[in-house]
Amino acid sequence: MFLTFVTFLPFFGALFLVFLPKESTGTIKQTALAVAVADFLLSLYLWTNFDNTTHAMQFSMNIPWIESWGINYHIGLDGISLLLYVMTTFLTMICVIASWEIKKHIREYMIAMLVLSTGMLGVFIALDLFMFYVFWEFQLIPMYIIVGVWGGPRRIYASIKFFLFTAVGSLLMLVAILWIYFHIQETTGVATADILYITDNLDVPLGTQKWLWMAFFLAFAIKVPMFPFHTWLPDAHVEAPTAGSVILAGVLLKMGTYGFLRFNLPFFPQASYEFVPMIAWLSIIGIVYGALVAMVQEDLKKLVAYSSVSHLGFVMLGIFALNPYGIQGALIQNINHGISTGALFLLVGVVYDRRHTRLISEFGGLAKIMPRYTVCFMIAALSSIGLPGMNGFVGEFLVLLGIFQVNGLWAACATSGVILAACYILWMFQRVMFLELKNPKNIGMKDMNMREMITVVPLVILIFWIGLYPKPFMQTFDASVNHLVSKVSPDNFRPKKDNHGDSSHGEHAQLITSNQMASLNHKLQMPKNVLNKD
Amino acid sequence: MEPILAPESIDLIALAPVLVLSVFAMMVLVVDLFGGRNKTLLVFISLVGLLMTAISAFAKHPIPAYSFNDSYIVDHLSLFFICIFTISSALTILLSVEYNKREGINPGEYFALILFCTVGMILLASATDMIMIFLGIEIVSICLYVLTGIQRGNVRSNEAALKYFLLGAFATGFLLYGMTLIYGSTGSTNLFKIAEVTQNLGAQSNPLLLMGLVLLIIGFGFKVASVPFHMWSPDVYQGAPTPVTAFMSVGPKAAAFAAFFRVFAEAFPAMSPSWELLLTIIAVLSMFFGNLGAIMQTNIKRMLAFSSISHAGFLIMAVITKTSLAGSSLLFYMLAYSFTTFGIFGIVILLGRKGEENLEMKNYSGLAYKHPILALSMTILLFSLAGLPPFAGFIAKFYLFSAAIQEGLVTLVIIAVLNSAVSFYYYLKVIIFMYMKEQETEFRIALTPLTLFVIVIGVLGTLGLGIFPNSIIALASY
Repeated sequence: MFLTFVTFLPFFGALFLVFLPKESTGTIKQTALAVAVADFLLSLYLWTNFDNTTHAMQFSMNIPWIESWGINYHIGLDGISLLLYVMTTFLTMICVIASWEIKKHIREYMIAMLVLSTGMLGVFIALDLFMFYVFWEFQLIPMYIIVGVWGGPRRIYASIKFFLFTAVGSLLMLVAILWIYFHIQETTGVATADILYITDNLDVPLGTQKWLWMAFFLAFAIKVPMFPFHTWLPDAHVEAPTAGSVILAGVLLKMGTYGFLRFNLPFFPQASYEFVPMIAWLSIIGIVYGALVAMVQEDLKKLVAYSSVSHLGFVMLGIFALNPYGIQGALIQNINHGISTGALFLLVGVVYDRRHTRLISEFGGLAKIMPRYTVCFMIAALSSIGLPGMNGFVGEFLVLLGIFQVNGLWAACATSGVILAACYILWMFQRVMFLELKNPKNIGMKDMNMREMITVVPLVILIFWIGLYPKPFMQTFDASVNHLVSKVSPDNFRPKKDNHGDSSHGEHAQLITSNQMASLNHKLQMPKNVLNKD
Repeated sequence: MEPILAPESIDLIALAPVLVLSVFAMMVLVVDLFGGRNKTLLVFISLVGLLMTAISAFAKHPIPAYSFNDSYIVDHLSLFFICIFTISSALTILLSVEYNKREGINPGEYFALILFCTVGMILLASATDMIMIFLGIEIVSICLYVLTGIQRGNVRSNEAALKYFLLGAFATGFLLYGMTLIYGSTGSTNLFKIAEVTQNLGAQSNPLLLMGLVLLIIGFGFKVASVPFHMWSPDVYQGAPTPVTAFMSVGPKAAAFAAFFRVFAEAFPAMSPSWELLLTIIAVLSMFFGNLGAIMQTNIKRMLAFSSISHAGFLIMAVITKTSLAGSSLLFYMLAYSFTTFGIFGIVILLGRKGEENLEMKNYSGLAYKHPILALSMTILLFSLAGLPPFAGFIAKFYLFSAAIQEGLVTLVIIAVLNSAVSFYYYLKVIIFMYMKEQETEFRIALTPLTLFVIVIGVLGTLGLGIFPNSIIALASY
């Protein structure tokens, strides 16, 4: 119940805003901020009450929704979703503050922001496929409006592109969901779309698994975005208002990676294993291509957008390493990317507000007049590169560690992305911050004000916190990752299996009934003797 | 066919909704003679009549019950459809009151025609005999021809009525010819008897029978406005008075689908290999060309006409699937579609003024900041038509697709979902105008109560069916 409350609080806040008069902008902004802060604090409360030792769903609630179809309102958080959930409320709060100066239709803006927040939170807590899909599609609407109404000059093009790309991908996922729903009904006799039940009981041959996997893959790969599906991202980022970009990079992209962890891996472990090389190469192409394209951008925001493509490549690579290091790295890198890219977008927004341009060539020598800004920018930039001591390092290191165990060549190729990141970020930093202060228009620019500091400083603190002491973050998903790996580990599919994975299986077996165990074993094609031993 | 009806085979209680509504319709005609120019009483009588009809539909127990030598049936499908029809006709009448006053449409027959049309629709949904189906279709069509052209002074309205009449007459011809051929080759016009005969024939083809089926498909294809028999619909939608357009895109269409579904699911399931492909092609073409046409439109009524063609494509999927689950999804889809459509047309009517209907999309520019609630309602309704959660349209599509997937029509469903992705584009276009463009002309919107009431019903229905669909799904499934 509490989780429901936290999730829908922003929505009710938005409903309340509807009834406020348009003119009282002060009250509108304060109300929105109060709601966002309250929601963040409540989600922190969830975190403090979260039990790190188990992979089971917590704060869960399961009540019938559409009984005729066996669809439930089933929600819960586990290690994989908890941090994303908290990050969503956190970034929503930051974004409300960052949008303080918006002049146009402020009430509608705040309503869209809060509704978007509920939509995103819903995606992370949904434990029913139907419900997941509802939230997944629903959050498109407010985001579309935010980009389309408060965006830049080409906002309409960008918002439609964003909407259509995501919608096409997710509609094929809908077909797959329907197929799974009937398949489960046929094989187990239970009409349900419950994610946990499906995870335990889905049993499809490899050929079909591959098709279903592809359908889910398309939805999530577009969202992430992975290499050939990324073209919507630069447009959406460049045209979106600052807060829109932050949310887009910080949360919306993470829905894609979350989807892979929640659906593709546990539902179709074997297909996932089969597709590892494809994903790995697509990710590597994304990493290198994103970095190279970022290098030649003239627009600051576009540069950061392409750097996202590159960074998300790391996350995907980590997920499909299919081992604990890789997945842990991917999860923490998810958060890192939200923080450092979010900070970069906020900082780009700061100069954009002053100069109404983001062209790198327009700037130069800002360090002389904006010292605070330069320091913050440097920290965010270095975190994005992955400098040791900052958050980016932890994530990238773990991902590379994980992928190195799988294939040294992939790890080597991916590492080139780190080097390229240093190139494009530092080069950009040099051109914007150092050199001579040539452009006369820049001379009067003021340093960051109090409000802007408030938006950026928490992110800077997190950058160092995760960089120096990641344990509080890492331990939230330990149990969940181990559980996930025990199911999808490639060891399960290798024809001659050594006894490497047994310990985790033993632990796993205690948690599920013998009946489920049988089907699970069948699904994983494990040799009989493992079952007997257990 | 029995030459003479035995009296005991006539069950008037089963026929109650038809009788009640006919009586009320005639009452409207008579009262109109004495009522002068004030039409309030007529509206009241019509609404009461529709309510009584809906109630009397449940008089027959137990269901399914047959009447007139098995040519009329009271079953789950027909009952649910009668509810949809009465709701949509009542909403049409409510929408018409203020619109007619504004546009100066005041024949009292207007309301009587809507009621008679509803009678035809009820017959169509309850018919299990080709003759009865033909009767229903004719009643519906003739009323619609007149309703389309009821604005006698308006050239577009006249043109639309004439076009509709000419093409409609052709389609009826095809339908009748098809029925004749089927009667000739099976020896009966009764759907159940035809089913028996075709069952014995199996998939074995009889050229006459096949010819009849194709002609039948052409006839129904015209009535539900599917590609390539859709050419009339954009013009008629645009030319007809807006409440009539709303009515046409819901009630008669639902009725035609009811008969379409019944004929193909009841009478010819055994021959499905021979008609499935043809219907699949029609469904795919309708979705595709409906969407393609809608993308190009700048006039909102024409856009909705093309969008309704693509919806027809989706609904034909239910006919192809032909299971009882598909029937239920058809019911749910039509109900969701009627709430959504009436809401949208309500808003379209509100935006117009006398002589100046403001039907271009650019007339909607900046609506969101002048009338935020109205724009929000329109957004909800359009997203529902597009099939986005958590609105009624999504549940409807989900239901329909799940019925199709259960029968293994995965490819067709994939084509359908991709088409609904295309459809997002033109629904979004209206939203772009409302939210993302600056206001061009002054809005002078008179927020008239009855039209607002219809919009509220539409939005509430759309949200209710979208978020809490359980009870209606339970009702629709049989």
